[in-house]
Amino acid sequence: MSGPTALGPTETGWQRFRKDRAAVFAAWFLLAIAAACLLSPWIAPYPYQRQDLALGAVAPCATHWFGTDILGRDVLSRLLQGGMVSLGVGLVATVVALAFGVLYGVAAGQAGGLVERAMMRTVDILSTLPLTLIVILCMVVFGQNIWMIFLAVGGVSWLTMSRIICTETVSLKNRQFVEVSVALGQSKVGVFTHHYLPNLAGIIAIYATLTVPGVMMLEAFVSFLGLGVQAPMTSWGLMIKDGADIMEECPWLLIAPSVVFALTLLSLNFVGDGLRDAFDPRASKK
Amino acid sequence: MRYGYIFTRLAEMLPVLLIVVAATFFLAHAVPGGPFEKDRRMPPEVKKRLEEYYGLDKPLASQLVTYVGNLCKGDLGPSLKYPGWSVNEIIGSRIPVSIQLGLTALLLAILIGIPVGVLAASRPNTWLDRVPMGFTLLGICVPSFVLGPLFALVFALGLGWFPPCGWGSPIHFVLPALTLGIVTAAPLARLTRGKVIEAGNQDYVRTARAKGLPERRVWFVHALRNGILPVVTYLGPAAAGLVSGSFVVESLFDVPGLGRLFVSSIINRDFTLILGTTLVYAAALLVLNLVADLAKAALDPRVARGGDR
Repeated sequence: MSGPTALGPTETGWQRFRKDRAAVFAAWFLLAIAAACLLSPWIAPYPYQRQDLALGAVAPCATHWFGTDILGRDVLSRLLQGGMVSLGVGLVATVVALAFGVLYGVAAGQAGGLVERAMMRTVDILSTLPLTLIVILCMVVFGQNIWMIFLAVGGVSWLTMSRIICTETVSLKNRQFVEVSVALGQSKVGVFTHHYLPNLAGIIAIYATLTVPGVMMLEAFVSFLGLGVQAPMTSWGLMIKDGADIMEECPWLLIAPSVVFALTLLSLNFVGDGLRDAFDPRASKK
Repeated sequence: MRYGYIFTRLAEMLPVLLIVVAATFFLAHAVPGGPFEKDRRMPPEVKKRLEEYYGLDKPLASQLVTYVGNLCKGDLGPSLKYPGWSVNEIIGSRIPVSIQLGLTALLLAILIGIPVGVLAASRPNTWLDRVPMGFTLLGICVPSFVLGPLFALVFALGLGWFPPCGWGSPIHFVLPALTLGIVTAAPLARLTRGKVIEAGNQDYVRTARAKGLPERRVWFVHALRNGILPVVTYLGPAAAGLVSGSFVVESLFDVPGLGRLFVSSIINRDFTLILGTTLVYAAALLVLNLVADLAKAALDPRVARGGDR
């Protein structure tokens, strides 16, 4: 970091964030969950797909902390593997949504006038459409290819981002340092990478954190309807569905994935709100 | 002026719906498997005759043109899965159920969400604010497909107050409507709280208080009236949330509505039914958003005067 004397806006932002105890705690919790899921091939107590039909469904105990499902598979191991899918979809689809939203927003804001209005009106109309239906169809079509699912989910989640970025770009466009570099003959790409991106970075990071829960929810929705990830792989949404089917006999199969899923979404919301309050003075005043 | 605006908005919907039809059409046909592939294999010549009868043997583009042509006459085509039924009939029989459920849930969300939001805003950072807002945070993070099974577990299987699934009598209504309503009420309450707090700092609220109006009137009439605009705008997208929520809730509680129809039509590869339900949903959402915008114009003279923001 830079010199210790004067505090730039970034440092004060971090200080504000660090004072937000809920957000900091949520951030550590998220890191722990993500690390556990990522390391699941090594740290999971059992292979997630190993069945033990003789054992069947067992309530949480010392050997299986979160119990087992009807096929005798260890719930904790499956939670970790499912987390990899759920968090993976959340991250990758968010990156897709970001890339698209930022480019679209900057392009619209930069163009200005009629083009900007037409582009933003398109976003308005798109955001009123039942895109969940289209995503569900995409997941059925591309069900075998997990990357296409990322693309489909990301492809419908960029709308809010593009709207925010467009407004920001319009206000950046007329700032002096941008005008100077345009006058000095810097190319459009240069202006984009040197001036727009660094100035937009904060707001991009904030809204990325707020996009992830929505995206994870969408994946869970589709998996819940039985149209998402296919067995023996699993995701949190699918585990909740399987749990809901037999909740009378084995409530732990519903409770474990639901609690983990809700806690993760809760933490993401806390971190996102914390970041926004710390780094986006305009939003917190709003 | 107002009619011109409505007309423009309605005219805008046509190309959008066309794009939705085309996108859904190609996606639906890209789904692996076809409507006639069942557990028992049918003889190839029978399948061929069936495909010929429904026009499925023609190139996709010409099928699309035929479909859009029929659509202009208001005909959504025959169902491929349920012979003898037209998509219009099937959807027509399901729509009332979904509308009843959706409207009840929306009403519930408004009746819970807005008062809770205003109440929290009137006493910021006290227990009256913190406790309900904590619950709304839970409501945001616990999706309908977690809340629904939990409700069924507690109120139907545990306490036995309501039937766990089914449809037909008002008592079947309670759990699905409650699930959908609470999930929608949570973000509504948070939004209302934020906007009303913002309005509460304005001079006219101070004036209202200074002239001796009771607190309740200050918050629920003066502050809410101005804080409610973004809330009304939110109700359009909230309807969209109700739609995706209804897929889950209808499947969960075995409600014979449009949402479950859409899910089962995908599983059955019933192309015409997939297209029909998607189209109905798209049209409904576009109209609901228009209604939300018109309501906003009615509440705020500045919007009515013609600024497009």
